[in-house]
Parts: sequence; C-alpha cells; structure tokens
Amino acid sequence: MNTKLETIDYNLYYGNFHALADISVKFPEKQVTALIGPSGSGKSTFLRTFNRMNDLIAGTKYTGEVLIDGIDLFKIDPVALRQNIGMVFQKPNPFPKSIFENVAYGPRVTGMHDHKKLEEIVESSLRSAALWDEVKDDLGKSGLALSGGQQQRLCIARALAVHPTVILMDEPAASLDPIATLKIEDLIHSLSVNYTIVIVTHNMQQAGRVSDYTAFFYTDETRTGRLIEFGETQTIFTNPKDKRTEDYITGRFG
Amino acid sequence: MIGNARGNEQKMSGRMIADKTVKYILFISAILSIVIVLAIAFFIFRESVQAWTEIGFTDILFGGIWRPGQDQYGILAMIVGSVAVTVGAIVLGVPLAIGSAIFLGEIAPKWVQAILRPAVQLLAGIPSVVYGLFGMVVLVPIIRQINVPGNSGYGLLAASIVLAVMILPTITSIAEDAIRAVPDSYRSGSLALGATRWQTITQVVLPAGKSGIIAAIILGIGRALGETMAMIMVIGNSVIFPKPLNANPLTLFLSQARTLTGNIAVEISYATGVHESALFATGVVLFALIIVVNVSARWLVNRQSSIQTTRQ
Ligand SMILES: Nc1ncnc2c1ncn2[C@@H]1O[C@H](COP(=O)(O)OP(=O)(O)OP(=O)(O)O)[C@@H](O)[C@H]1O
Ligand SMILES: [Mg+2]
Repeated sequence: MNTKLETIDYNLYYGNFHALADISVKFPEKQVTALIGPSGSGKSTFLRTFNRMNDLIAGTKYTGEVLIDGIDLFKIDPVALRQNIGMVFQKPNPFPKSIFENVAYGPRVTGMHDHKKLEEIVESSLRSAALWDEVKDDLGKSGLALSGGQQQRLCIARALAVHPTVILMDEPAASLDPIATLKIEDLIHSLSVNYTIVIVTHNMQQAGRVSDYTAFFYTDETRTGRLIEFGETQTIFTNPKDKRTEDYITGRFG
Repeated sequence: MIGNARGNEQKMSGRMIADKTVKYILFISAILSIVIVLAIAFFIFRESVQAWTEIGFTDILFGGIWRPGQDQYGILAMIVGSVAVTVGAIVLGVPLAIGSAIFLGEIAPKWVQAILRPAVQLLAGIPSVVYGLFGMVVLVPIIRQINVPGNSGYGLLAASIVLAVMILPTITSIAEDAIRAVPDSYRSGSLALGATRWQTITQVVLPAGKSGIIAAIILGIGRALGETMAMIMVIGNSVIFPKPLNANPLTLFLSQARTLTGNIAVEISYATGVHESALFATGVVLFALIIVVNVSARWLVNRQSSIQTTRQ
C-alpha cells in the first residue's frame, strides 16, 4: 500500500512549549487513520501540521520532516497544499452564505467561474457528502439554516468541491447527536474509497467503526505529546503492545 | 432547616427587588432619552412653524436664494452644500477608513495595532475647531495654489478633506469592531479551502461583517452632516449654489458653499422674527435628512442580510 502522508522525527513547539516530540509515522493512501489519545496529547496539533494551519499560529516552530506523496510538505505553497488537503472542523463552520455559495466557494477562489461547471461541482459534492437529496430544492437557503449534522455534511461537501486527495477531520461528530454522528461515519466509510482520511476522535467505538489504522497519542506531566503506538485498528484495539494504549482503550484513563 | 429556607427566601426576594429596581431605572433612562429627543424635535419644529406658514414649504426647500434682508429664505443652496461636502468626505474618507479597519483588524501585527488603535481613537477626541484650524492654516493655502480664477482656497475641497479626516476615526473603529466580531472559524474555514488571505478578507470576512460596516459608514455620514465649526472655518460660507469655476467640471470642488449647520450657526446670534424661524426650519431639514439617511441605511442592512440568508 502506498504511503500518502509521512512524518520523520517531527517536533513542534508553540513558542517554548514542546507540544509534539519525535513523531515518525506513515499514513497509507485511501485508508482511514484515527488519531486517539487523551485531551492535550497533541492530536489536533498533529492534524493541523498536514494542511499547515499551524503556520497561522504565531510562534510555532518545527523540526523534522513531513512528506506528502514523498514530497516535502513545507516546500509546497500552503495555499496550493490546502487545495489538496481538505479539513473538516470540530464545530461545523459553514459561511453565512447560501448552500450553493458555500460549496462553490472553494472552486471559485481557485479560479473556476463557469456557472455550468460550478453547478455540476456543487451537485456532485453534495451527493458525495450525502446531502444532495435533503437540500437540492433549497440551494439558495443559508447554510446556517441547516441542522448541525447537515451543516457538518455541508462542510464536508465544501471540502470535497476543491477535489482534495486528503481530508483531515478534527472530531467531526463531537457536536452532533447519535443519528447525525452515524450519518457522518457512514460518509467517512464511503469517502475512504477515494480519499485518504485522518480523523481525530475521542470516541473509541467510533475509532473502531470507521478507521483502518489507529495512532495513539499520549502525554505525561511534561505535557509533550508523543506517538505511543501506531498500527491496524484491529490490532491496536485487540492486542495493543503498550500498556498505556491498553489502559486508554479500555477506559482506565483519558 | 425551616428557618434556613426562609432566610434563603428572604435573600432571594432581596435580590429580586434589586433586580426589579435595576430594570426600573434602565426603563426610565430609556424613556427619558426618547422623551428628550422628542422634546428637542418638537421645540425645533414649533419654532420653525412661522417660517413654514409665512414663507411656504416649497419656497424654503426649493428656493435658490437666501437673502434675509429681502425676505428671501430659500435653503436649497445649503442643502446642496451639505450634501456635496458629505459626499466628498465619504468618497475620500470611506475607502481610507475601511482600509484602515481591515489593516487594523486583519493584517497588522499586535504591536502595530497597539500603536495605531489608540492613535485612531485620539483622532476622534480632537475638538472640531482644531481640525478647522488645520484646514485654514495648512489646507486652504495649498489649495489656493491651484491656479483657477475665483479660487480662494476656501470651499468644498478643503471642507471635504477636513471632514474626511474627521469621520475617519468613527468609521475605522466601528468597522474594525465589526470585522473583529467575525468568528475566526470563518477565516480558518476559508483558508483551509485554499483561499488566500486576501480572498478570505474580501469574500468571507467583509461580507460577514457587512451590516456593521454599513452602520459605521452611516454614523460617519451622520457625523459629516452635523459637523458645524470646522465647516464654517474652511468652506467659505458664501450663500451660493456650488458650481464649477470654469469649463472643467472638477473645479466645482473649488467653489465656496455653505452648509445647513453653518447657516444656523453663523446667523442665529442676530436673527429675529421670520429670519430666526427660517433658521429653525433649516434645522428641521437637517433633522429630516439625517433620519432619511438612517432609515435607508437600516433598510439596506435588512435587505442585505435577508439576501444572505435566502438568496442563492
Ligand atoms: N495555539 C496554541 N498555542 C499554544 N499552545 C497550544 C495551542 N494549541 C494547543 N496548544 C497546546 O498544545 C497541546 C496539544 O494541544 P492539542 O489541541 O493539539 O491537543 P488535543 O490532543 O487535540 O486535545 P483535545 O483532545 O482536547 O482536542 C496542549 O497542551 C495545548 O495546550
Ligand atoms: Mg483537539
């Protein structure tokens, strides 16, 4: 299996605070990888590394290498990189624009102005995000007028519209009810055929249900986040090598 | 136990009384400010009744000649003067103010903000007579250099520039607040889609903050229409229709003019009878103009936001 994303001895600092230490890992292409671990262990920070959203936080520094398709990610223009690596946030954040405009936003800012093509992209993205049937008659309605679960799928459609190859998700279902959560999980499943997905989750059942691979992050009193264990989800859940992984998964801490 | 519960109850009712009292005080203050505004409006209107009845509505509003000595009280030239100088100030000041607001709210590093923001607020605290002085001593002599017959340096251009600077801090700080009130999640959402910082500002942040930005501009217009002292000092105050000084239409801005506010301030000290009443009528027109601006602005904001939530 091809490696899509890779880090080699990656360290990240927020100012003087060492947030991530020595992370070396390979995420395979077109698979779902879950990042799990207690609060503050650096999962979100690690996720934001890949679309360089950490660059926007003043005072961040890093060492080590991060590769996408074997290419040094920090040599790619961040704007171009983010068109290739989409992100879905913990709290749904549609723009205060119509559903249509929300999905068309990404293609528009990257230079697509042909209305016919935009319509096609909007429809196919909404279909892939399993939202089309619910909104096809109201594309002019504000994205903010949708339910939380629909908003999150709109945000997924919005990310898909720029044709990324990777989708990063930071607890995408954390603010949703169980039914909306299940819909998002189904969606992640179907998207994994075409996309490499990295998802942060606090929900062990969810990690078990949606992911092929799991990375376990942990932090001690130093508050520095470390990758403790990485492997196939099944192995991590049934036969973890590290005691801390086992304790976390069985709910003994975290 | 029972005693305790009663104690709590008494404390509760004490708090409720305090709560009620505060509500009552706030209600009275609100009513009071409305009453004061209405009282002023009523007073101005009552004083102007004589002018409306003796001179006539159309002769005041659309009369081109203001010559109190000959009982001519047309204020159209002053309406045009006020509107022209306000438009001039908006054209010059709004782009600058919105640009500064974007710079302060979105682009400037923290330490630059820490210097610039108080500087802008300081600008708002300078008395208008000082701006007028600056206009007279610095701007007017410069403008006088423009070689056009009849150009005195005093006039619409000097007044527009002074007014643009005067409304700058108001518009900048309110527009900046509107921009900073846009949630960061919109910005990260846009950037994460591969939009540039500039695209994010123009296509997400500014539209999301639009109603606040429009409100800022309206406040600027209101301030511009109401400004008196600085205008008297630099606009020339001739009661003439502003018109180009030669074949070049741009020389319109070198023309002198008088504003509605200036008209009142210059003449009220010696006016009596109908003349005095006509000055109050000028005030009524100013009042009406500001109400029109505010209402149309509110309408514009509502219409925009309903488009944002319903149209495609
Ligand atoms: N912008 C920032 N500036 C400084 N420190 C930060 C910043 N963001 C996160 N941190 C710190 O970095 C560490 C890792 O945070 P991060 O948000 O990545 O953890 P997480 O595993 O995603 O936690 P959670 O499960 O609560 O979301 C924490 O100690 C946090 O306080
Ligand atoms: Mg997190």
